[in-house]
Parts: sequence; structure tokens; C-alpha cells
Amino acid sequence: MSYLGDQRLEIAMGRLLQIGVTVAAMVVLVGGLLYLKHSTGPLPNYQQFHGAPTAYESVHGILGGLGRFDSQSLIAFGILLLIATPICRVIFGVVGFSLLRDRFYAAVSVTVLIILILSLVSRR
Amino acid sequence: MPAMPIKPRWRWYGSRRASRRSSRSCPLNEHPFIHNIRILHLHPGWLARCTDGTRRGVVIVPVLCLAFKIDLHYAIGASLVSVIATSSGAAAAYVREGFSNIRIGMFLEIATTLGALFGAYLTAKISGNWIGVIFGVVLLYSAWASLHKPPAEPKTTQPDSLAIRLNCRGSYPTQSGKEEYVAQHVPTGFGIMFIAGTLSGLLGIGSGAVKVLAMDQVMKLPFKVSTTTSNFMIGVTATASAGFYLSRGYILPGLSMPVVLGVLAGSLVGSRVLVNAHVRTLRLVFSIVIVALGAEMIFNGLTGRL
Repeated sequence: MSYLGDQRLEIAMGRLLQIGVTVAAMVVLVGGLLYLKHSTGPLPNYQQFHGAPTAYESVHGILGGLGRFDSQSLIAFGILLLIATPICRVIFGVVGFSLLRDRFYAAVSVTVLIILILSLVSRR
Repeated sequence: MPAMPIKPRWRWYGSRRASRRSSRSCPLNEHPFIHNIRILHLHPGWLARCTDGTRRGVVIVPVLCLAFKIDLHYAIGASLVSVIATSSGAAAAYVREGFSNIRIGMFLEIATTLGALFGAYLTAKISGNWIGVIFGVVLLYSAWASLHKPPAEPKTTQPDSLAIRLNCRGSYPTQSGKEEYVAQHVPTGFGIMFIAGTLSGLLGIGSGAVKVLAMDQVMKLPFKVSTTTSNFMIGVTATASAGFYLSRGYILPGLSMPVVLGVLAGSLVGSRVLVNAHVRTLRLVFSIVIVALGAEMIFNGLTGRL
């Protein structure tokens, strides 16, 4: 194994995370400003648990809300981007370890990726 | 007597380019601000321990619950999202140092993500009051861990056959060149990582303290390697429970937005402000706050107010 190859993979992963979190924060910020600008009426009740509106409980619902220019959907989309960033890092690991010809760790990365995807597609 | 230039004890800390720059004697070296940074660089562990994403993340849920009276599940959801943000946000700073071990991290992520799935499953099964009690215990542990000084370094480097077969080793830069290390007790470390993942999924925290415990104390990895690798793992671990949280409606956009932006802004500002802060005092104050929050979480949980 080459130390240099590992180092480069690591730096690339770090850059990826940095870009991902910056973009996600921007989207959340824009969505948040729109939300604050347009929200009216009484304060939302966060004291009792009653779930989130169904539009924000699935990827499909959030993307649908984006089409309607809904500010909360935009925030939720930013949160999705945030969630996607570590997933991209694992995908990066799969590709990177394959390029380094480290089959064992490529398989380890694939396993982690499968667990992450399972958790995302699972229904309650 | 002319001021002696302060010689950094650990040259390797910081990027290679930076150390080349500092080895040239330039007037910038005498600047008090640079000097302060240098002092902090001499004690990287201190700063890492008190500005760690972990310690920050662990406060979010109790503050939201106790001060803002927000339902525990919503608080956990917002906290989890902000944990992912800090883990990814801090990666940029850590990556340049070359301490983290992506192999060991990725291997242990199998345990933490499985644990996170289990933890996220448990959140729906256990009542909010019990989650509050568990949270309080974790807070008390966290306070103890941040004050407790780990025993000094002598780390055995006996080859561990499983670790070698799994290639759980690496090297990190020190002042006397590259130092090699091999992980010890891999199965035990793997098991503790599962527990760390469960706590993360159950409580919406990064549980970095437990991750560092597994790598530093059990697997006998160098402290700096443990903290930076743990930071990388936190994001992936939290992502494993994010899907569950989303589909169960724990993540409210309106509530998560200020928490995420606040935590990210805080981590940007904090790393600058803390440069001049007295680290020991800071850690003590922080621990007292955590103990108070932990006690109140346990009390509220036991009396059924969460």
C-alpha cells in the first residue's frame, strides 16, 4: 500500500466534504431566509411530537415541494444535501480503494454504502 | 536580551507548506497572534478535546429540550443534522494534517452504521423519558471524559495478527519522522464502535467521546489519529440514522434550519475566538454546564416531564 495514495485519497475526501457542506449550508440559508420572510400566523408548536408534515418525510415529497417553490422544502433539500455528503464520501472510498487495488477495503466501503442506502430507503 | 524565537516542539503539526514557512525565520514569527497559534499547536489535544464536534453536539438536545421546551424527538432530529454538518465542516481542517486513517475509519464504520440503525430503531420503541435518562448518563460520562486525563502515551506496538491481516495500521508524522502504529484488540474496538453507533442513532449525537475511547484506549491508536478519524466517522454514522429520522418525521425543516446554521457559524467563529481563551478554564466551565444539563435530563426523565 502506498502512503502517498492514501494521503491523496484522504485530501480528496476532505475537499468533497467541504464543498458538500458549503453548498448545503447555502441552500439551507436561502431556504431559511425565504421561510422567515413568508411565514405568518401563530408560532409552530414544537412542544408536542406530531411528526413532520408528510411532504418533508420523504425524498420524493421534498423534491416535489421544490417544484412548488416551498421554502421549507428548500431547507429540507439542503438537509438532504447534507445527508448526501457523507454518502458521497463512502462512494469515493469505493472508487478510491478500487483504484489503489485494495480489494478488501473496496468491499468494506461497499458494505458501509449498502447499510447507508438501506437506512435511506427503509420505511418506518 | 533579544527575544528568543520560540521553537515549535512539534514541527509536524500543520501542513507541510506551513512548517516550511515557519522554519524560515521571518518577522511574522514574532507577531503575538502567530505566537498564540503556535502555543495552541503545541497542545493540539487540548483544543481538539474542547472544540470537538462531540462536545458541542451533546449540548444541543438538552438545551433545546430544557430551555426551549421542544419535544425530545424534534430536538434529536435537529441535533443529528447539525452533527453531520459539523463533521463534514471540520474535515477540511483535519484533512491537511494527515493524521486520520481512512482504512481503520471505514472498517469501523461498518460497526457504527449498524449500531446507528439499531439505535434509530430503538428511538421509536423507547419512551422519551427513558431516552432522556440515557442522555443524562451520556452527558455525565462526557463531562468526566473531558476532565479525565488519559494515561501518558506508552503504547505497546506488539503486532496484532488480526489487525495486520485487516491492514489496520498506518503511520503518522512526528518530529522524528514517521511513526508506525498497529491497532490492538480489533474485535473489542469493533464492539465498542457498535455501542457508539447505537448511542448516536438513539440520541442524535455524534458520540465522538465513545469513538475516541474505542480507538485511543482500546485499540491503542495514537490520540491524534483517534480524534481525527473519529471526526470523519461521525458524519457517516449519523447519516445511517438520518434516513430513519426523516421518514419518522423527526427532522423539521423550520427547526433544523437555525440549529444547523447556528452550529456551523459557531464552529467557524469558535475556532477563532478560542485561540485566545484559557483552555483549562474553558473545559472546566463546559464540564460544569454539561453536568448540570445531565442531572436535569435525568431528573426530568425520571419524573416523566420529557
